[in-house]
Amino acid sequence: MIASMPFPPALVLILAGLLLPFARGNLRSVLLLGAPLVTLWLVWTVPDGAVWSFQFLGYQITPLEGDALSRLFASIFAIMAFGGGLFALNQDNTIELAAAFFYAGSAVGVSLSGDLISVFVYWEFMAVGSTIVIWSGGLLAQKAGMRYAAIHLLGGVLLMAGVAGEIAQTGSTTFEAMTLNSFPRYLILAGFIINAGAPPLSAWLPDAYPEASWSGMVFLSAFTTKTAVYVLIRGFPGEEILIFIGVYMIFYGIIYAILENDMRRILAYSIVNQVGFMVTGIGIGTVMTLNGAAAHAFTHIIYKALLLMSAGSVFYMTGKRKCTDLGGLFRTMPITATCGIIGALSISSFPLTSGFISKSLISQGAADEHLMLIWMLLAAASAGVFLHAGIKFPWFVFFQKDSGMRPKEPPWNMRAAMIFFSFLCIALGVYPDPLYAILPFEVDYVPYTTSHVVFQLQLLLFSGLAFFLLLGQLKRTLTITLDFDWFYRGIGKVLASEFDLKGAKVWAVFAERIYRTVRRFTQEIYRHHGPQGILARTWPTGSMAFWTTLLLGAYLIAYYL
Amino acid sequence: MARKSKKDHWLVRPESIRLIWIISLAVLALTVLADLFIEHHPHFGIDGTFGFAAWFGFVACVVLIAAAKLMGALLKRSDTYYDS
Repeated sequence: MIASMPFPPALVLILAGLLLPFARGNLRSVLLLGAPLVTLWLVWTVPDGAVWSFQFLGYQITPLEGDALSRLFASIFAIMAFGGGLFALNQDNTIELAAAFFYAGSAVGVSLSGDLISVFVYWEFMAVGSTIVIWSGGLLAQKAGMRYAAIHLLGGVLLMAGVAGEIAQTGSTTFEAMTLNSFPRYLILAGFIINAGAPPLSAWLPDAYPEASWSGMVFLSAFTTKTAVYVLIRGFPGEEILIFIGVYMIFYGIIYAILENDMRRILAYSIVNQVGFMVTGIGIGTVMTLNGAAAHAFTHIIYKALLLMSAGSVFYMTGKRKCTDLGGLFRTMPITATCGIIGALSISSFPLTSGFISKSLISQGAADEHLMLIWMLLAAASAGVFLHAGIKFPWFVFFQKDSGMRPKEPPWNMRAAMIFFSFLCIALGVYPDPLYAILPFEVDYVPYTTSHVVFQLQLLLFSGLAFFLLLGQLKRTLTITLDFDWFYRGIGKVLASEFDLKGAKVWAVFAERIYRTVRRFTQEIYRHHGPQGILARTWPTGSMAFWTTLLLGAYLIAYYL
Repeated sequence: MARKSKKDHWLVRPESIRLIWIISLAVLALTVLADLFIEHHPHFGIDGTFGFAAWFGFVACVVLIAAAKLMGALLKRSDTYYDS
C-alpha cells in the first residue's frame, strides 16, 4: 500500500512554500514554477477512493482520497499556483510567496481530504497562509489583516465545534454529503460559508484582499472562496438555504461594486458575486447545477486571477488603485488592457470565453427545475456582472478620461502570466470538452446553440448600452460604502465619539464643582490668613493688654459670683 | 481642432467615437432582429417574448443602478471614513 501510494500533492506546494525563504536566484524560480507543475502531475496519479488512511487517537484520518470532484479542484489550484508563481516571479517579498505557496498547498490539501479532521487542519493552514499574504501588503495591510484573521478564526472555531459535535454524534470522521438536521451540521455549514464570503460577514473579503500587494491579491482571489465552494459541493449539495444565500451574494456583489471606486475592491466584490452563482448552483443541487458550480469555480479562478493580474500590473506600474486617479492607460499598456478585457469578457460569460460555457450550466439547471424566479434573477445578475465588472473595470482603468499617466507595460513574467491565463479563458470558451470531461458528473449539455448565443449577446450588449447611457450616474466619487463590517470597525468609533461628548460634559461639570470647592476653600483661608485676614493682622500691644485685662476682670467677677 | 485631435490616439477622437456608437447600435439592432429568424425554447413564457434578453438585460441594469444609487445615498461615506 505504502510503496504504491502516490506522494500527497498538497505536501509538494507546502514544502516548496517552506523552502522558498531560503531559496535564491534560479532555485527560487524553479520552486515557484516547478512545484505547481509537479503538484498538478501528482493530482492525476491519485486514484478514486481512500489512498492514505490511518488511525490516530482512535479517529480514522484520511488525508488523501481521490474522486473526480477532488481532482478537479486540486488541479485548478495547482494551475493557479503556477500562473500566480509566474506572475509573482519578480516579487521581492519572498515571505509573501512562501505564504502563498503554503496557502495554495493547503487548498489542494482540503480538496483531497477524505475526513473532517484533515479538512479542518488544512482549513486552518489556509487561514494562516492567507493572513501572512495579506500582511505582506505593507503597513496599511496590517490592520486589515488582523480583521481578516479575526473573522477566519471565528469561522475556524465554528467549524471546529461543528466537526467535534458531528464526530461525537455520528462516530464517523468521514467527510461526505450531510443533511442539515443537527446543530453541529449548522455549525459546519456556518464555518464553510464564512469562507465563501456569505452574508452577513461578506465584508471581510473586499476589506482585506485589496490591501494585499500587487501579486498577493492574485493568490488570495483563488483559494479561500473556492475551497469553500468545494466543501459545500461535497458536504451540502442541494441544501435549499444555499439558494437564498447565493442569490443574496450575487446582488450584494453587484450593488457594492457599482458604488466602488477602488479597482481592486470592485474585483473583490465581484468575487462574492461570482461565488454567489456557484453557491446558488449548489443549493439547487441537480447534476447540471453541481457540474455548473464546479465548472464555474474552475473557470472563475482563471479569469478572476487574470483580472487581478491586469489590475495588479496597473497598480505595480502606477501605484494607483482608484478609478478617479486612473484612465486612458490603454495607450501605453495595450497588452495589460487586452488581457484585462479578455478577463472581463470571461467573467461576463461572453460567447467564446470560459464564463459562457460554465455559468450557463447553472442557469440551464435552474430552468430545468422550473425555478422561474431564480432563473430570472440569474439572468438579471448576468447582465449586472457585465455592468459592474465586465465594462466597469476596463472602462474606468484603461479608457474613461486621460489621466495623463503613461506607464510602461509590466515586466515580461507578468505579461507572460496574463497571456497564459487569457489563452486559457479563450481556449476553454472555444473548446469546453476537456473541462466538461473532468467534471464530477457526466455532462449532457451543448452550450453553443444559436438560441443561447443570441440570448447572451442581447443580454450583454444591452447591458452595455445601459452602462453608457447611464454613465453620468456611474461617475466615480472618492467614497466607500458602509457594510456589515461597520459593526466591528465603525461602531467603536461612534460609541467612542458618543461617550466622548457625554463624557466631556460630565467632566466639565465635575471639574467646575471641584474648582469651585477649592476656590471657596482658598478664599476662606485668604480671608482669615491673608494680608487683610483677621488672624494675620498685626495687633497693637495696647489692644492686647486691654483684652487681657478684660478677660481677667471677667474671670474675677465669675470667681466671686 | 482637427489637428489637435489627430495627435491623440485614434480611439479617443470624436469622429471615431461617433463611428463606434453607430456600429454598436447597428449590432444591437441586429441581435434583436435575429429573434425573428431563430427559434428560442422558452421555459417560462415570458422568456419567449420578442427580444426578451435585450429588454430584460437593459431593464435589469437600470434597476440595479437605481438600487445602487439609493443604497449609496444611505451608506456612502468619504473613503477616509475609517482612517480618521
